[in-house]
Amino acid sequence: MHVSPVREPLINGEKSYSDITNDVMAPIKAKPGKLWFAGLTVSVIVMLIGFAMIGYTVWFGIGTWGVNRTIGWGWSITNFVWWVGIGHAGTFISAILLLFRQKWRTSINRSAEAMTIFAVMCAGIFPLIHMGRLPLGFFIFPYPNTRELWVNFNSPLLWDVFAITTYFLVSLLFWYFGLIPDLGTIRDRMKTLWKKKVYNFLSFGWKGSARHWHRHESMSLILAGLAAPLVLSVHTIVSFDFATSVIPGWHTTIFPPYFVSGAVFSGFAMVLTLMIVTRKALNLQEYITVGHVESMNKVIIATGSIVGIAYITELFMAWYSGVEYERYAFMNRALGPYAWAYWIMMTCNVISPQLLWIKKLRRNLAFTFVLSIFINIGMWFERFVIVVTSLHRDYLPSSWSMYKPTIVEVAIYMGTFGLFFTLFFIFIRVFPVIAMAEVKSVARSSARKFLGKPVKKQKTKNQ
Amino acid sequence: MGAIIYGHFTDELELLDAVKELKDKGIRIADVRTPFPVHGLDAALKFPRSHLPKVAFVAGVIGGSLGLLFQVWVFTKGWPLNIGGKPHLSLPSFVPVTFELTILFAAFAMGIAFLLRSNLGPGKIPDILDEEVTNDHFQVILTVKNNSLSEVELAEALAATGALDVKQVNEEK
Repeated sequence: MHVSPVREPLINGEKSYSDITNDVMAPIKAKPGKLWFAGLTVSVIVMLIGFAMIGYTVWFGIGTWGVNRTIGWGWSITNFVWWVGIGHAGTFISAILLLFRQKWRTSINRSAEAMTIFAVMCAGIFPLIHMGRLPLGFFIFPYPNTRELWVNFNSPLLWDVFAITTYFLVSLLFWYFGLIPDLGTIRDRMKTLWKKKVYNFLSFGWKGSARHWHRHESMSLILAGLAAPLVLSVHTIVSFDFATSVIPGWHTTIFPPYFVSGAVFSGFAMVLTLMIVTRKALNLQEYITVGHVESMNKVIIATGSIVGIAYITELFMAWYSGVEYERYAFMNRALGPYAWAYWIMMTCNVISPQLLWIKKLRRNLAFTFVLSIFINIGMWFERFVIVVTSLHRDYLPSSWSMYKPTIVEVAIYMGTFGLFFTLFFIFIRVFPVIAMAEVKSVARSSARKFLGKPVKKQKTKNQ
Repeated sequence: MGAIIYGHFTDELELLDAVKELKDKGIRIADVRTPFPVHGLDAALKFPRSHLPKVAFVAGVIGGSLGLLFQVWVFTKGWPLNIGGKPHLSLPSFVPVTFELTILFAAFAMGIAFLLRSNLGPGKIPDILDEEVTNDHFQVILTVKNNSLSEVELAEALAATGALDVKQVNEEK
């Protein structure tokens, strides 16, 4: 906790270093409560229903879904883009905010990055099953084969394969290497031998040596430098899936920046939804403070406003281009049969985040929680609007069609929530939700105060 | 065979002062163990800059070139497919895959280099002298092997810096 007349402390309470260790480790040491078991059970059941429906789809084919020849991409691709977008907040917090030296990220980066990894796992499921023949999914990788064919490197769908795979692997590496010191901390606090051994294995034999820290810091900085352009590239490439096609409503150059800011926008909303509950459930209110929520809300205003400008620019360009197909596509979005989806999107994504200009609302947890759910819904509808309304009016009016998901598609989407929360529930019991070492490194003067020593005056500029 | 002398501090600023004091006396410090990266400690211990960024750069160049050359080879020599009459060597469309492979190689090479260089990895058993090092102790470790002073002198020098709980163990080698 640094001393600054203008900024509030990063963590509340007079915490010593061992207080931080004990507070963060409390959920790992304690016996899980009834609420945790209830949550995990529900998640696992929903996940299994989802998996069963994936099996049903693979067995009977894509005909079990509501997609048809006009609307070939339905909920599945909507969900894919949505989940990938959710993941972006974690990398944004851990990499881009690290490069910008935003110290408030230390309390939330661990859980946000975990969320990234789980969200990308959920996202990856959809294109795989959408390809129809799951056992042949490995065809997407370029490997020497008897067909002597290679994959099509000109296709944005293939770029996606590389982007999502790299994103998943690098995020996992970044997250895990950040966890190593904290796993060492858990190992040394564990009483039972087998737990000690397991955590030692996971911590790679960490012992806190200054040399290791020196290399760890240098590595983390470069990894952040690599992950920052990576996270921007991922949703850019996802947007290429649409932007490089010749469908009115998809064929726009604004898509890459618009998708990236939309992704960070929805990702932060999801982090807020999870964190507001987690901080309460795990008793971490002093670490994830109202100040953190406010900082995240500021990112939401910024990215939400970019998304709003992008929507309006799209409308303007459709009119200004003078292309009748383009004009029709946007008129149809706003006034056609899917207008309800368009206006849900507009309300949730453009209007609702603007309320956060009011400081009282920005610091109000209940309001933020509700708003974050609205944004999640709005961003899901954004992808639905892009995917479905652009497709349902073909160039040939005889091909015009409507799309409605079947129960199978709904169950698979719910199943990914089951998967996400199952992993999250396990995560909060096994790994530290807050990066202990990083929080300790920003809690210096607080510790000195606790020890009854004079707080050294620090340059506020560096904080 | 050599004795290991260690003691700890409970505050990183005291640790920094002590490290400087020991360095001034010409005592070589075998290791310092801390619960988090202490700023200024690298400089106090005179660590040279890490080579990990260079590893990342070289691996990134290798990954990027492999990715680009492979795509060029596939589309011009391996199986030049006619895709809608587009040119075989369409470099702009090779950018995304090349970029992703650059990042992938750089990140993983650096991660592996970090583990190898630091002798860390799954199943490694660390030589922990004080379990509180991962909690709130800032430990300084001195060895007789590295220094010209005797065990007793080293222990006295360490205690003089204000280190708590100065202890000695004999390394078996």
